[in-house]
Amino acid sequence: MHMADALISPAVGGTAWAAAAGLIGYSSRKLKRTMDDHRIPLMGVMGAFIFAAQMINFTIPATGSSGHLGGGLILAILLGPYAGFLTLASVLTVQALFFADGGLLALGCNILNLGFFPCFIAYPWIYRKITGNNHGKGIVTAGALAAAVAGLQLGALAVVLETLLSGLSELPFGTFLVLMQPVHLAIGVVEGIATAAVVLFVIKARPEVLEAAASAKTGKTFSTAGLLASFLAAALVLGAGVSWFASTHPDGLEWSLQRAGLREGQEPGRGGMHRAMGEIQGKTSILPDYGFRTQDGPSGDASSPEPSGWPASDWGTPVSGLVGGTLTLILAGAAGFLLHRKRTTHR
Amino acid sequence: MGRLEKHFYDIGYLDTLAAGSTAIHRLDPRAKLITTIVFAATVISFGKYEISALVPFIIYPVFLMAVGNLPPGYIFRKILLVSPFAVIVGIFNPILDPDTLLAIGPLSVSGGWVSFTSILIRFTLTVGAAMILIAVTGFNAVCMALEQLGAPRFFALQLLFLYRYLFVLMDEAVRMVRARSLRTFNGRGMGMTIYASLLGHLLVRTLDRAQRIYSAMWCRGFDGTIRTTRRLSFGRAEYLFMLLWITLFVIMRFKNLPLFLGEHIGELMR
Repeated sequence: MHMADALISPAVGGTAWAAAAGLIGYSSRKLKRTMDDHRIPLMGVMGAFIFAAQMINFTIPATGSSGHLGGGLILAILLGPYAGFLTLASVLTVQALFFADGGLLALGCNILNLGFFPCFIAYPWIYRKITGNNHGKGIVTAGALAAAVAGLQLGALAVVLETLLSGLSELPFGTFLVLMQPVHLAIGVVEGIATAAVVLFVIKARPEVLEAAASAKTGKTFSTAGLLASFLAAALVLGAGVSWFASTHPDGLEWSLQRAGLREGQEPGRGGMHRAMGEIQGKTSILPDYGFRTQDGPSGDASSPEPSGWPASDWGTPVSGLVGGTLTLILAGAAGFLLHRKRTTHR
Repeated sequence: MGRLEKHFYDIGYLDTLAAGSTAIHRLDPRAKLITTIVFAATVISFGKYEISALVPFIIYPVFLMAVGNLPPGYIFRKILLVSPFAVIVGIFNPILDPDTLLAIGPLSVSGGWVSFTSILIRFTLTVGAAMILIAVTGFNAVCMALEQLGAPRFFALQLLFLYRYLFVLMDEAVRMVRARSLRTFNGRGMGMTIYASLLGHLLVRTLDRAQRIYSAMWCRGFDGTIRTTRRLSFGRAEYLFMLLWITLFVIMRFKNLPLFLGEHIGELMR
């Protein structure tokens, strides 16, 4: 459920980046104050462990499909929320850069969806509350299950909201929600069971690891209020900034409708705002021009003079776009080929 | 099994490419990182029905691949390998947005297909650019650039450590998975019990490894900072690279070049 660059708008991506950056800074500061440097290699190696763990599958009983560990919750349990969050953020960064899971601009969204919810919501408020200092088999399983399900549900909800706010997908809110939440309920159950299995193994083999993690982090140093305040402040300031910036520029839809050579009455936007925009656009500016020109351009009417400096053509905007686009692609490819040739012959 | 290992060694190959020494490789990583982020931001700032104006942006990845001497087939295959989420969400657009948006001769295309195509183009451009950034820069250099640009030192350190041990641990996981699958018949042994102990043992070994690494670093005088011998220098070449590309991105953002070109050709053919 990695968010992808292709599905988000700059405002959403920028806001999420700001919030994620704020959280990373906050967690780093928190850790620097409380942590001995011996945990630095531990976090790094644990991040690599998550990658390794994702390569090991297991069969899910009675379904025939297989699952693997996602990682957010287990990192929070073994390292505590701050170190767990930073480690997960680094895992996601490497995934974005190497495996192209998500992308550079969606990285902020992914860090929030997959890191913030398990580490700062599900772990302290659900897992810790259920298990406390009890390491019994039943209670650890219940805690991990509840926390994993809650974390993934919140993450999936965030994906839906981010996609919706970006406005690139046509999926209506309700449908998308109905698609995402049950799928992630199943994923959450698998994640919870796998997490519990590993945690129980560690409790048996190395109980001191969990004790160190539990005592080091969740005592007085964990202040959710401070965290949420800084998180909200960063998001608000940047969100406001980015959306102000965005609104001073021509609206993307309006602009592209105009470019696509749409005729009046064909606006694809179903609802209020988009339709209204389209109608205003259709009444006020060049749109009717395009329509007239393709229909009775050659017959020539003096009432619609051609805008100077913008040559019109017979074949209409879509074809112009298609021809020009193909040509651009060929030119770019040729440029790359020539550059490459020049380089290799130079040697 | 084979596919998994291939995917994994593929990542190593990306880093091998980064060891090249072309003009692009020698640029300061900060210049490449910032330019790539501006590139991705410009690409996603277009409206949802935009296709033609996005096409010229391909010149940036093509340029980097050509000058950086990267194999285009490899990069393209990697992009294809990782497209699921964008495709899954985007594929609903043609179903949910059937209104005709544009007509090419007798062929009418619905808004949904236009926006789906747009999503796929965005995906190819942004993902390709990120991968090419690594292939011409190298992960360690990107981490250093991140730190120089103000990311917390702690986080940069974490990324470096993660990357250093990524290959070691993935190698170990591949060996364990192979060993298990060679001993597994009819799916027995693939269940939760074996899985938990397999992963648990890997985890315990990982924790021990972390302890050994820390001891070794401590012996060599580690004090919480990592020092690198490589100097970063932001000179004229870097400013020029950034200036030229960002100017071009701005031009391509506000002027639909393919449309302009197509209309001129239409004019000529009339």
